[in-house]
Amino acid sequence: MSAIASPPGSGDILGPASDDAGRRAGGGGQVSAAKPEPRRIRLHAVNAEDILAPAAAAVSAIALVWYPYENVLPFSGVLGFWLCWYIAFLALYAGVVGLRWGRRAMVDRMLVAGTVTAGIFALAVILDQIIYVSFRGWSAVTHLNFWTQTMALTGPLQPLTSGGVVHAMVGSLEQLGMATLFSVPLGVTAAVFLAETGGARAQPVRVIVTAMTGLPEIVAGLFIYTMAIVTLGLNQSGFAASLALTVMMVPIVTRGSEVILRLVPNNLREASYALGASHVRTVWHVVLPTARAGLTTVSILAMARAVGETALLLFTAGFTNDMNVNPFSGPQSGLPILIWDFIRKNPTPNMIDRGFGAGLALMIMVLVLFTAARLLGGKAPGEMTRRQRRRIARDRAMPSPGPAERMPSGEEAVV
Amino acid sequence: MSNAPDTPTLVQMAQRPRPIKAPSSPADKVFHGVLYAAGFAVLVMTGLIALFLVLKAAGVLHQVGWRFLTNFEWRLFGNHIGVGAVLIDGTIIAIISLVIAVPAALAIALFISEYAPPGLRRAMIALIDLMAALPSILYGLWGFYFLMPRVVGSERWLSDHLGFIPFLRVPYTTFQAGYFENSTLLAGLIVSLMIIPIVAAISRQVFSQAPPNEREAAYALGSTRWGMIRTVVLPYGRGGVIGAVMLGFGRAMGETVVITIILSPVFTIVTHISQSGGNSIASLIANFASESSPQALAALIAAGLVLFVVTLLVNAVASVIVARSRSGLQTAD
Repeated sequence: MSAIASPPGSGDILGPASDDAGRRAGGGGQVSAAKPEPRRIRLHAVNAEDILAPAAAAVSAIALVWYPYENVLPFSGVLGFWLCWYIAFLALYAGVVGLRWGRRAMVDRMLVAGTVTAGIFALAVILDQIIYVSFRGWSAVTHLNFWTQTMALTGPLQPLTSGGVVHAMVGSLEQLGMATLFSVPLGVTAAVFLAETGGARAQPVRVIVTAMTGLPEIVAGLFIYTMAIVTLGLNQSGFAASLALTVMMVPIVTRGSEVILRLVPNNLREASYALGASHVRTVWHVVLPTARAGLTTVSILAMARAVGETALLLFTAGFTNDMNVNPFSGPQSGLPILIWDFIRKNPTPNMIDRGFGAGLALMIMVLVLFTAARLLGGKAPGEMTRRQRRRIARDRAMPSPGPAERMPSGEEAVV
Repeated sequence: MSNAPDTPTLVQMAQRPRPIKAPSSPADKVFHGVLYAAGFAVLVMTGLIALFLVLKAAGVLHQVGWRFLTNFEWRLFGNHIGVGAVLIDGTIIAIISLVIAVPAALAIALFISEYAPPGLRRAMIALIDLMAALPSILYGLWGFYFLMPRVVGSERWLSDHLGFIPFLRVPYTTFQAGYFENSTLLAGLIVSLMIIPIVAAISRQVFSQAPPNEREAAYALGSTRWGMIRTVVLPYGRGGVIGAVMLGFGRAMGETVVITIILSPVFTIVTHISQSGGNSIASLIANFASESSPQALAALIAAGLVLFVVTLLVNAVASVIVARSRSGLQTAD
């Protein structure tokens, strides 16, 4: 297995090299049994010193910073303390490693410390956002009326036992649903164009698609405003908002799907052609089924991004406190624009609480979509679910397996 | 003799993926037509955006002329409008956010691709994806209500102790509410959190594609892990990283919601970044979105056109760089 992943030749010369390549490729790191077992050299083994040195540096940094920070230095506050602690920690750790292992090891360890810090930093930002929004939104979302009422009869000063955001949730879901209906077929077809037929003519399309993935949402909103509302005479409505969302989603779906389609192994296509299938049959029966999981992930991630778009709704969806189930007529609120309105127009404490409650609702929608994307997809093309694998095992056990069952999965071809 | 030049060509051909030629049926012709239409539709969409923005902004742009790019005011009466100041202010926010985001994003990307054990690696990739998926309005809420009160003290500290650096000084007399809160620095900080996942995701991809045999060669020569990263991974990923940074810049230029929530709008060039007040084109448009007079809207559309051109150019150049770089070979093809 690892012989495929590691470059030709490297595994034959050095034990450590092939071992390392095998581990990095995620394979078992087992070199074939015919050769003598190579001496296993672990490049990045962790020993007690690797753990004790930073731990000791961290503890002594606290001890070192504690007194001067509170009593000598002209600083105050928690943030400053941890900043000073971190600087002291880096200095102490660098000193320990430098004295013990020399300068090169010191530079190496400083980089480890820096990258680990960055990883923890990212984790902290995410967790802090989720926890803070949940914490602030809790007082609003624990009232049942928040999920069942609209804001039509509720003023900014009324308590949290009145009013809710169900109208905005309905609006958001309808707009997102329509935008998905428009953008996923178009985006996937464009991705098939880029990955299957493109050639030289696909390059400009690919560049434009990549550039359009960074299209500012406010420009998408202005575009639909000028085209659909000013020129074609539509009203501000959920439909106009879904058009703007489509403009945002199509490039994201196209770009992501193309990457997925490129991962489909070429010998599956060749096998299909060898059986006499035409291009359209090959794409429909081999390429797309193989990439199904990845395409689902890409589409759902695009939905997760679209549901939070705010600025484009300013021009396209309008704003209302009433329930409007019909996306084709009249303004229709969405959750993001509702939050925007709550915290900017009349930011009384109750409205801010409602804003955080709506933010929590939006975050739950995003998290649900995100988790669904991870669960449904998150696999490489051709990697099968447990159920598919069971079915194939059952077919193998039977005397005459159906050929169509096995072909699209492509497990043999991948491994 | 004649065999000698043939043999290497055959070897090279075998290494390249074989071009596949499908038998062409009538159904295939229709299919290819549909595919071309879909690919073309994306181009048409981009063209339509430019077309409609130009059409609707033409009147205003004709009246104001090139001064639209240099004018600092936004007074509709008498057509004293221009994006000079807001364009520069928005660029300052984008630069601040890049200064914070690029080192952090590269460190995260290196951590994921080089240092993290496989289990943690998957979790970190999901985490970065989640960071990109969180809506900007939530970053705005969090930044305004959580981060702002906690950053004010640091900004004051910067002004007091590092005030000799001109742009960090804030000319305040007594410390009171409103001097530091709605500052360009804070907006840049929050925008940086939003572009970290973009830069980190692309950088991680190109880093993880660095050829294993070159990595092993570096280790075999006695390199430490950082030595290997410095000599193999970083040079390999340079093109991809440059492209990723430019994509991040484009995203920062177009970011609307956070900047509008955080900043109190001004129409001068920001010189003290931790002082309240700032602007960007996107934030200008969002601030005036509720104005309904046709002239005001035309002016906003003209500003939107400038934003569209700037971001599309930056992003297009970035995607060409990513595609051309050695690390982008897999997708360029």
